[in-house]
Amino acid sequence: MTRLPAADSADADPWALLRAATRARIGLGRAGDALPTSAVLDLAADHALARDAVHEVLDVAALQAQLGDLPHLVVPSAAPDRATYLQRPDLGRRLGPDVRLPRGRYDVVFVLADGLSARAVHAHAVPTLRAALAGLDGWSVGPVVVATQARVALGDEVGAALGADAVVVLLGERPGLSAPDSLGAYVTWAPRPGRLDSERNCVSNVRPPAGQSHEVAGATVARLLREMRRLGLSGVRLKDDDRGRLESPPA
Amino acid sequence: MTARTGTVGGRTWVFPDLRTLLARASPARSGDVLAGIAAGSAAERVAARRALADVPLTALLEEPVVPYEADDVTRLILDTHDRAAFAPVASLTVGGLRDWLLSDAADEASLAALAPGVVPEVAAAVSKLMRNQDLVAVARRCRVVTSFRTTIGLPGTLASRLQPNSPTDDPREVLASTLDGLLLGCGDAVIGVNPATDSPRATTELLLLLDEVRERYDVPVQTCVLSHVTTTLDVLDRGAPVDLVFQSVAGTQAANAGFGITLDLLAEARTAATELGRGTVGSNVMYFETGQGSALSAGAHHGVDQQTLEARAYAVARAYDPLLVNTVVGFIGPEYLYDGKQITRAGLEDHFCGKLMGLPMGVDVCYTNHAEADADDTDTLLTLLGVAGCSFVIAVPGSDDVMLGYQSLAFHDVLYARRVLGLRPAPEFEAWLGSVGLLDDDGRVRELPPSDSVLSALGRRVLGP
Repeated sequence: MTRLPAADSADADPWALLRAATRARIGLGRAGDALPTSAVLDLAADHALARDAVHEVLDVAALQAQLGDLPHLVVPSAAPDRATYLQRPDLGRRLGPDVRLPRGRYDVVFVLADGLSARAVHAHAVPTLRAALAGLDGWSVGPVVVATQARVALGDEVGAALGADAVVVLLGERPGLSAPDSLGAYVTWAPRPGRLDSERNCVSNVRPPAGQSHEVAGATVARLLREMRRLGLSGVRLKDDDRGRLESPPA
Repeated sequence: MTARTGTVGGRTWVFPDLRTLLARASPARSGDVLAGIAAGSAAERVAARRALADVPLTALLEEPVVPYEADDVTRLILDTHDRAAFAPVASLTVGGLRDWLLSDAADEASLAALAPGVVPEVAAAVSKLMRNQDLVAVARRCRVVTSFRTTIGLPGTLASRLQPNSPTDDPREVLASTLDGLLLGCGDAVIGVNPATDSPRATTELLLLLDEVRERYDVPVQTCVLSHVTTTLDVLDRGAPVDLVFQSVAGTQAANAGFGITLDLLAEARTAATELGRGTVGSNVMYFETGQGSALSAGAHHGVDQQTLEARAYAVARAYDPLLVNTVVGFIGPEYLYDGKQITRAGLEDHFCGKLMGLPMGVDVCYTNHAEADADDTDTLLTLLGVAGCSFVIAVPGSDDVMLGYQSLAFHDVLYARRVLGLRPAPEFEAWLGSVGLLDDDGRVRELPPSDSVLSALGRRVLGP
């Protein structure tokens, strides 16, 4: 049996071992009834990072540089700014009024979408995209679409307009206090406006080293795409046996 | 349908029906803008309130905002309306009801007698004419007491739900947070965990875990795993230790269908949990959560504003004599409640409407990282709710829910509210805290290292072999 540190030892933190056993913020101590200064500042710092991540502007030029010679397009959603984006999810799901996408015939297109964390897209989107492409030998892949003020469902309109059998949206997730840079990959077969979230598959928490690696996430996306093509569907009726924990995306 | 008009600054607005009038009169919030039903200007909003003030309460019964034929929540509201309880205010207008509620005639006894006669549309309508101080003042006089192993809602108490969530349903993480919360005097409303996986197996394992802790330390609390009602019924039938049945509910039949529930299903769940007879001081076995915006989110709002729909969800809850009801006020995101001001207002509205309708109303005082809100806003709302006599609040370690990815209150915040407002835990739980040495001579929760507390074995179990 593990012993807890003795409370009376001079500078022992009686919660140290327990705190290490959980992700929750337990044993923070007290200043009267309140949290001690250090805990208050830690929370404020993590909230600040999450807030800044929400409002960080997608660095399109840097993303284009990362994409190198991969063909790509840049499109805005119908939400003109962050404040509108946050209050009008419907606008973030539609392309801007002046956007015309060249129709083609593709097996899959990838959308890199800022979502609620541009930071996640900067850090994880292109490496995850490249890892997925490595598992898609022989697939015709459309131009990569970089989308700003975008939500997951924007991929439905993009995929349909470009003439793709499937769309993969790599999107910055809502920042948590401990995870301001988490990327999600949402994979939808036969994209068209009006698809339900239950018709998508999601690979979440792409955020090495704390979360999934780019390589594992990309490989999962490629495997999902192959399964979707074999079965002709995506969503809750498709189970990913290798991981067994595909999750439903948020609204 | 009757068109109504209101005039402000020499301009007159026409409101074609009650549903539109209620929406235009509602305090500004992003969800109503998103739905396309909010007032177009500040002046229109006040014009709508002037018109609403003159609406007879009986009109709110005669002109349902969601059609009777199309919606079982409307049928529930109207078919079960207690007209005798409503009679004392039946001749009033909405504005007249506000004045009466703020008068000395509306004391604890008369408000309790009125509660079964208050339909959600009446509660919502009058709230739209009330300032924040009115919502606090009237709610404070509404007394709703329920019980299972603890008694919730007694005067001078503030209970708390201890929410020991883990992103992976890891039993050690759940126990670690439970230990932290109990040592900070929380859990008297319920120890209630949101499972990461809504499966019978995960639900059963968590139920057994929490029940074992409760029995081992003889803590007078109820435990709950907030799985879908069908999952809970399933494991209950197979012998899992279910104290409370949880379910999210909404204010329209279509939104409830989106939650995968019917009114009959809730009735079946209540019967099943009641038959277990696990309560010691009472037999309220249901726990409901709600939140403004859920109907719009489900595409099931019928053009009705989100605050009125929220009050309709309380009519659903009321039909099953719940132990606990809480709104999760800042959870759903800035597209429904944009900032701290909107969240604060909604929290006070929800608490008021619930209490006026006779519900044991609590609030999850919370925000997400994409809302314009922070811990200062939750401090403010918590303090206001404490003054308003809120039955319980929700608390997690250090305000960080590591599973749901939002900030609720910290256990510490509950201690703060109890101290500055002179509030105490539920009496059965307070007696337990005292009996195991967790209270000092003044009845305040002592700061104890886990190893020195009666719960030290719980700490050892977290650390494992």
